[in-house]
Amino acid sequence: MEELLTFNYTIPGDDFTRAGEASSSVKNKLKKMGLDSNTIRKVSIAMYEGEINMVIHADGGTITVEISSEKIRMILADTGPGIADIDKAMENGYSTAPEEVRSLGFGAGMGLPNMKKYTDYMNIDSTVGVGTTVTMDVRL
Amino acid sequence: MNKFIHSVQLDEEACTGCINCIKYCPTQAIRVHNGKASITPEFCIDCGRCLRYCPHHAQTVSYDSIRDIRDYRYTVALPAPSLYAQFNNLKNIDIVLNALLSIGFNDVFEVSAAAELVSEASRAYIREHMEDAPFISTSCPAVIRLIRVKFPTLIPRLLPIKPPIEIAAEIARKRAVKKTGYAPEKIGIFFISPCPSKVAYVKSPLGIEKSSVDKVLAIKDVYPALLEHMTDDESRLKPLASSGRIGIGWNNAGGEAAGLITDNYLACDGIMSTLRVLSDLEDEKFHGLKFVELNACDGGCVGGPLNVENPYIAIAKTKKLNRILPVARTHSNDMEDLKDIDYRWNECIEYEPVFRLGESFRESLEMMGLVEELTEQLPGLDCGSCGAPTCRALAEDIVRGEATRNDCIYIFHEYIGSLSKEISFLTRSLNLSCSNNDDSIHLLEDYIQKLTTELSKKER
Ligand SMILES: Nc1ncnc2c1ncn2[C@@H]1O[C@H](COP(=O)(O)OP(=O)(O)OP(=O)(O)O)[C@@H](O)[C@H]1O
Ligand code: SF4
Ligand SMILES: [Mg+2]
Repeated sequence: MEELLTFNYTIPGDDFTRAGEASSSVKNKLKKMGLDSNTIRKVSIAMYEGEINMVIHADGGTITVEISSEKIRMILADTGPGIADIDKAMENGYSTAPEEVRSLGFGAGMGLPNMKKYTDYMNIDSTVGVGTTVTMDVRL
Repeated sequence: MNKFIHSVQLDEEACTGCINCIKYCPTQAIRVHNGKASITPEFCIDCGRCLRYCPHHAQTVSYDSIRDIRDYRYTVALPAPSLYAQFNNLKNIDIVLNALLSIGFNDVFEVSAAAELVSEASRAYIREHMEDAPFISTSCPAVIRLIRVKFPTLIPRLLPIKPPIEIAAEIARKRAVKKTGYAPEKIGIFFISPCPSKVAYVKSPLGIEKSSVDKVLAIKDVYPALLEHMTDDESRLKPLASSGRIGIGWNNAGGEAAGLITDNYLACDGIMSTLRVLSDLEDEKFHGLKFVELNACDGGCVGGPLNVENPYIAIAKTKKLNRILPVARTHSNDMEDLKDIDYRWNECIEYEPVFRLGESFRESLEMMGLVEELTEQLPGLDCGSCGAPTCRALAEDIVRGEATRNDCIYIFHEYIGSLSKEISFLTRSLNLSCSNNDDSIHLLEDYIQKLTTELSKKER
């Protein structure tokens, strides 16, 4: 299937003030492309959660967004600590976020479940000590 | 009805083409071409931010004149609550209201009194529709216009309640008709406004088909006229005031939310902060909120560009005035004629996808690809010399067919450089092939050589 447009972002680690910049940039571009607002909302929420996870849990990484006429694919790759038990991480409310992060309102353990909820396909590929790659699709 | 009628306009003569304004417009509605700024009507939300930054005062607001009271048999002034905050040491609102009568109005009705009714109606609406919270306030027309063009998913969150100026106008006209017996159109309802966005609202309303306000005056015009007529001789003052802290508090940020008597609210002022809050709201980053108050102007309505006083001093003055006022003075069950007011919007706000690049998704996608490519090629300085606020905005203009690559002075510079190099090469070959070496060709060559070196010297 043809890929029509790709956006690449580098997410700096540990900078909360910049977390969300990439997802809001994608959101603005999607709006200019006249996608229906519900699709934009799903992409934007899922990508924001993934972006925040990279900042909080993995010291940053890269995000690639591929847009075709069929779907929007988001690939979030980091070289952070990895996730030991993916099934557990996917549970509502499971979080290893440290206290100082919780005081900022993160760490409810709802990020991954929401990413799953707002996308049509999601895959987590993670190796402890190597890194995590989350792939998500929102169909058009 | 044209949805994009504006009150903010450009004075071509005053505009020097200086590009100060283009960077400040929150919707990137302004471009400078051929030495003059122009506003794209579909993008402008009448926030008035450009007015504050134009050093030549080329951005102006069109509104009505107080002389228009001659066009009506009976006139009612609707002072915005910001008006009271313009005066020093105001201890009695009746001083202002009586002065409005002295300058020629037949009656007054305070927008702040209507605001107290709107607060009541909003409380009831939110209570009945809690499951749809958070609601976004709809008293600032610039905010509604912003949502209409940029935040389609938030349109269902707009509180579908008419703003205080509308309710004030409806009550004022009804009372005037009853009092005078004149036909409704013989009565002129004059709103005294702190901002251009409410002027635009009256011409092209939101949530209703037609506004009951007939004319809009600027606080800055009415204020000096009032000063001459203000008297604090209480014996000569007609008792007219009918609003309290809740109504008057609407003039500054947080005032509307305070009237809802809920703790779960967020109040934000300034158009740039409003943009951020809306974007976060769209991504569901706030939890448990019931109400979101948004004001396009810093400080709220007292920060509107048609006021006289500095917004922060105006807020301090409002606080001082409010100390001597009761909480609220107008309630819907006070009077018979207040009981049957219809507070609800009767028209839907529809998304206006004015920023969409192409007609279809497919076309827009291709155009976005071109925008990305072009943005890469542009220098990325966002200098504004091309007349667009950023390099990306120029790239979009080029793809939309509204600008060319050569509008970028750096690209143009390169282009001229390569052109003159070519010409230089051409004349040299001309020189070699021709036997009649006349002086003019030498001269031309020298000149072009000079041009090339000048241009390449500038290259960094
Ligand atoms: N990119 C990642 N690298 C390493 N661990 C991760 C990554 N993303 C998620 N995790 C792990 O999965 C857990 C659950 O993630 P999830 O996003 O659901 O919750 P959270 O980030 O802890 O809290 P919330 O997202 O609600 O603020 C995290 O606490 C963390 O242990
Ligand atoms: S009024 Fe606001 S939206 Fe309109 S051109 Fe000026 S700054 Fe831009
Ligand atoms: Mg998370």
